[in-house]
Amino acid sequence: MAAGSQHAAHSRAGEREASLGPPTRRRLAGFARTLRENGFKVGLAETGDALAILSAPLTAQPDSLKPALRALFCATHSDWERFDEIFDAYWLGRGLRQARTLSGAALASRSATRELKDVGPRSDKPGLPDHVERRNEESDFSGDGRGKREGASRFENLAGTDLRHIVDRADIEQAHALAERLARVMRARLVRRQRVRRRGRRLDLRRTIHRNVSHGGTPVDLAWRRRKIKPLRLVFLLDASGSMSLYTAFFVRFLHGVVDAFREAEAFVFHTRLAHVSASLRDRDVTRAVDKLALMAQGIGGGTKIGESLATFNRWHARRVINSRTAVMIVSDGYDTGAPEQLGEEMRRLRRRCRRIIWLNPLIGWRDYSPQARGMQAALPHIDLFAPAHNLESLAALEPYLARIMSHASRFRHSRHHLGSQSDR
Amino acid sequence: MTLDRETISDRLAAAGYIADRDLATALWLMDFLKRPLLLEGEAGVGKTEVAKALATVHGAELIRLQCYEGLDQNAALYEWNYQRQLLAIKTREGEDADVIEDHIFSERYLLERPLLAAIRREKPPVLLIDEIDRADEEFEAFLLELLSDFQLSIPELGTIKATAIPRVVLTSNGTRELSDALRRRCLYHYVDFPDVDREARIIITRTPGIDTALALQIAALVASVRQEDLRKVPGVAETLDWAATLAGLDIHDLRQEPEAVHETMMCLIKTHEDKSRLPREVTDRLLGKVA
Repeated sequence: MAAGSQHAAHSRAGEREASLGPPTRRRLAGFARTLRENGFKVGLAETGDALAILSAPLTAQPDSLKPALRALFCATHSDWERFDEIFDAYWLGRGLRQARTLSGAALASRSATRELKDVGPRSDKPGLPDHVERRNEESDFSGDGRGKREGASRFENLAGTDLRHIVDRADIEQAHALAERLARVMRARLVRRQRVRRRGRRLDLRRTIHRNVSHGGTPVDLAWRRRKIKPLRLVFLLDASGSMSLYTAFFVRFLHGVVDAFREAEAFVFHTRLAHVSASLRDRDVTRAVDKLALMAQGIGGGTKIGESLATFNRWHARRVINSRTAVMIVSDGYDTGAPEQLGEEMRRLRRRCRRIIWLNPLIGWRDYSPQARGMQAALPHIDLFAPAHNLESLAALEPYLARIMSHASRFRHSRHHLGSQSDR
Repeated sequence: MTLDRETISDRLAAAGYIADRDLATALWLMDFLKRPLLLEGEAGVGKTEVAKALATVHGAELIRLQCYEGLDQNAALYEWNYQRQLLAIKTREGEDADVIEDHIFSERYLLERPLLAAIRREKPPVLLIDEIDRADEEFEAFLLELLSDFQLSIPELGTIKATAIPRVVLTSNGTRELSDALRRRCLYHYVDFPDVDREARIIITRTPGIDTALALQIAALVASVRQEDLRKVPGVAETLDWAATLAGLDIHDLRQEPEAVHETMMCLIKTHEDKSRLPREVTDRLLGKVA
């Protein structure tokens, strides 16, 4: 795809390429390989262009080669930040150890999915998970935006139980079916809405004129422009702390259904910190995706920092995943070991950015529950819908609400809802 | 003709843009490899300015396409001049419909929008596609096609090939992930806030009559303000506003005028929340560090 316009450079370089000996070419190919191992997306077009750069007179100046190759090979900010180190290690032999570590880490994360293909479905066998979790940690926990990587110690308290067995098989199947149904219903509504939309139609002048040339330009046959309706975007923040453990597995499955069906859905898991898990959830293989997440959710204890996790979200992810069409769903029992003030403040920030905040709290389903937890108290003023989420029925009750957000977004902007708290029959 | 890097660097400076060596290299590489350049960085670091300066460097026209959510091909590519078309249909009433149709869908009735304009110029212009991350994914895909073939088709008129390949600069604030395909198509440069030295040079270039010592103080103070935990980090444009204000107030040494510094800080701070994070004590502390 990147072929079109480089012929000029190539042919120009072709004349000079002769001056590049085979050793230089080999070194360059090796560099491209090193970059690929570090997660850079380097194709043949880039390597070809790099040869052209090497043979350009400018890059004979010692300080020019690095910036030129950097501009060529980097595609993202994280590439940009890592490039110099890799370049120095490869071409100048500096900091070799670091380079090896870097490439090791990236390799692990890149191959995690592939390896899990073999390991995933069997991961309930004892002994095996250790291998899997570490790879999970590389690929998923690094998603908190700051590229933090910690040792395997966080997984030391990994319990032997498989979360899948906490929830009844039939319920699991039903949850999946429901999630899929939710997605389908929402899509169907969208399509229908596009068809029946009456208000705010705009004339498509280009097509109208085209159609009416034969009527002497009198617009007899009008062509309307259909307003493109953007789908609602869903962002899930799932509390995977110890106090939620009874429900986590259930929601992981629910999330998988939603993320799989919606093009615009993102999922995060938090406990003491936040991890972006959409990539793991997009795995076509349900069992594997769920296993990955279940493993992550398992290795957790020592309190929930909802406020801090939200702060991480607001600071590092919100700008990218949230727009004015986004409904944020927080699934948590509201037991926050952090400061409630921080939680309140971060909730306020989040509320200003998105269309709706829905807080699903499994405890609402319990008889006589009232949101007494201090964290919950701090968060309540910023929540649009505070709803139970302890069984399938309560999830099903969300469906009409989401549909309503989409169709009457502006009119219901400030109304708050509280679905019944005694729905555990 | 390809300019060498030193010339680019010099001409950028002459155009009022103080570039670091890496950026000059990237701009040189754009010509050498004929690839578009993708600029990323925080809002306010001067990404758009790069394109403007590049146009001056090459003595080329700058054509700008500002992206937004819902930007469609009508607004980016071309539109027909409907009023004139209707008029033409009326005046030719009675003629054969096919003839009229051929007539009104000819170039005379075509209104150029930025993308079409960019590929129809005699002399290659600089095409700035600003904030591409705001446009939809479909538009991005369409753009990718344009950037690789430099031709586009108008159903009523046929295919239009580029007369000259424009120099394309794309900017992104990272509000949405761009596609891998687009990233790979482009050269990449991450624009960071300038360091104190470079920012001081920018201030001196852009604020006539300011003394070097003051420019350095301002740059250092702004750099430390950026270290604070702010919602909206002040950009280079804000620095320049502030420098102009201070120069206008006839201030020569920031340390002598802590009050004026605090009061004019609103040039840098754009939200109420940030304002409350920078009370007098904090600005005095930052000022102390500058000295």
